[in-house]
Amino acid sequence: MIGWRSTWSIYKRELVRFLRTAFQSVLAPVLTTSLYFIVFGAAIGGRMPDLGGVDYGAFIIPGLLMLTLLGETTSNSSFGIYMPRFTGTIYELLSAPVGVAETLIGFVGAAATKSLILAAIILVTARLFVDYSIAHPLLAVVYIMLVAAAFSLFGFILGIWADNFEKLGIIPMLFLTPLTFLGGTFYSIDMLPEPWDTIALANPIVYLVSGLRWTFYGSSDVDIRISFAITLGFLAVCVAIIAYIFKTGWRLRA
Amino acid sequence: MNEPILELEGLTKVYPGGLKALDDVSLSIRPGEIFALLGPNGAGKTTLIGAVCGLVRPSSGRMVAFGHDLATDWRKARARIGLVPQELSTDMFEPVIRAVSYSRGLFGLAPDPARIEEILRSLSLWDKRDERIMALSGGMKRRVLIAKALAHEPDLLFLDEPTAGVDVELRKGMWAIIDQMRARGVTIILTTHYIEEAELMADRVGIINRGKLLMVDEKDAMMARLGRTEAHIALAAPLAVLPQALARFPVELEEGGTSLCYRGGDGTGKGKAEVAELTKALVAEGIDFTGIETRESSLEDIFVSLLGEGEVAA
Repeated sequence: MIGWRSTWSIYKRELVRFLRTAFQSVLAPVLTTSLYFIVFGAAIGGRMPDLGGVDYGAFIIPGLLMLTLLGETTSNSSFGIYMPRFTGTIYELLSAPVGVAETLIGFVGAAATKSLILAAIILVTARLFVDYSIAHPLLAVVYIMLVAAAFSLFGFILGIWADNFEKLGIIPMLFLTPLTFLGGTFYSIDMLPEPWDTIALANPIVYLVSGLRWTFYGSSDVDIRISFAITLGFLAVCVAIIAYIFKTGWRLRA
Repeated sequence: MNEPILELEGLTKVYPGGLKALDDVSLSIRPGEIFALLGPNGAGKTTLIGAVCGLVRPSSGRMVAFGHDLATDWRKARARIGLVPQELSTDMFEPVIRAVSYSRGLFGLAPDPARIEEILRSLSLWDKRDERIMALSGGMKRRVLIAKALAHEPDLLFLDEPTAGVDVELRKGMWAIIDQMRARGVTIILTTHYIEEAELMADRVGIINRGKLLMVDEKDAMMARLGRTEAHIALAAPLAVLPQALARFPVELEEGGTSLCYRGGDGTGKGKAEVAELTKALVAEGIDFTGIETRESSLEDIFVSLLGEGEVAA
């Protein structure tokens, strides 16, 4: 049985926390995305050929969206649970009649909502620089929601695992961002010489960027079904880890 | 006799590293009472609260609150339990009213602005409702934590060191608040190392040290059983031996026969009456005295002596 009132309270509070820093939360991705479009879209993109029949400026939109989405979702979610642990306010959550379902839907739902808002902002910003259309808008929304949920869960695990601020920042900085850059954000895997094109397939982010690109333009490096399967698999693994954490109280209960 | 509101049986907590914070603790809490858990720092008070409130996973033992086993039916039990932690941990950026309303929602209750207003008014926080918690004084922050704990109308409230580091005036204010809650019928378990607080507020007292519950009793019964009156009577002239007429009193000569020391009574005032009798006997015997100093042993003396015994036993 899920306590929906408890869930709603957590969700609402997390969104309010986001709105408290709304200016920074909105401005940063708008600025970053604009810079990428100026550099890669306008300056370099003009000299690049179409990729798979898609203008280079438009080609990089799904990748840029994924870049911001993964980073922001992970950090939002990890901070959401790390800060109460750090300040001690987690006592209230632990002492409440609230279980793993309420906590996850509340925290992860809020982090995912913030990500969707960011995605919308990025898409609107991109429209100012590049003309594009989305081939499968419904699938794109579903896919963005799936990725947002998966990485909110991932961030949640990170926030519980981390016992200092350094650890909190190290995973997004050392793994997520480089893997996203190398995951076909700015290029198609086809453009890589052997053996790098094969090696690139070991990068899980390739499947995410590729999946989103497919929903935008109907073609991509990897089959969309594989992208969906990998995203769902990652989501399931994260849920299982979190269920285990709550069952054992690891890093939550003394 | 009412059913216990909380029952602990053989509660034990061993932290990784081997520290035994709770050692086979069994305890029953009655509805409507104020129970003071008294013990020095590191005695296991906070661990005990943490175990009931879900912050600490007990190593073994059973906890039943409101008839619900806390290991399996924790949702129903926890919905009726409130916790005011020792540390001032709360979201400092939140305005008071939002923080308190959040707590109510978190515990699954529908919003009730009238109830929140009542709680804030009773804690003199209504005027500060829109202020960020970070802007409040330490005493007010603690009251915000109490308001948050009361927001879901708990039947059982844990107050972990509610007056630790609080000045005398605020401490008295806190006692008044606890009185208010008792009047509302809330059962309160408070931990403290201020013995005066336990003496003043509690119906029953439990003394805990090194994870072991050394004694649980009615405060008055404990005082009666272990309390003593001590009187020192300064004699005008030293006595070589104790006169036969004083043999029925628990007295002895001290300081070379210049002082008569009475040690007796039971903490209910019996000792004082006996000292009065003693002075009459002295007058009847023609023994002159120049001063009397009497002292009732406090809960503190009992506490210290119990802890002393514990040390010896350990």
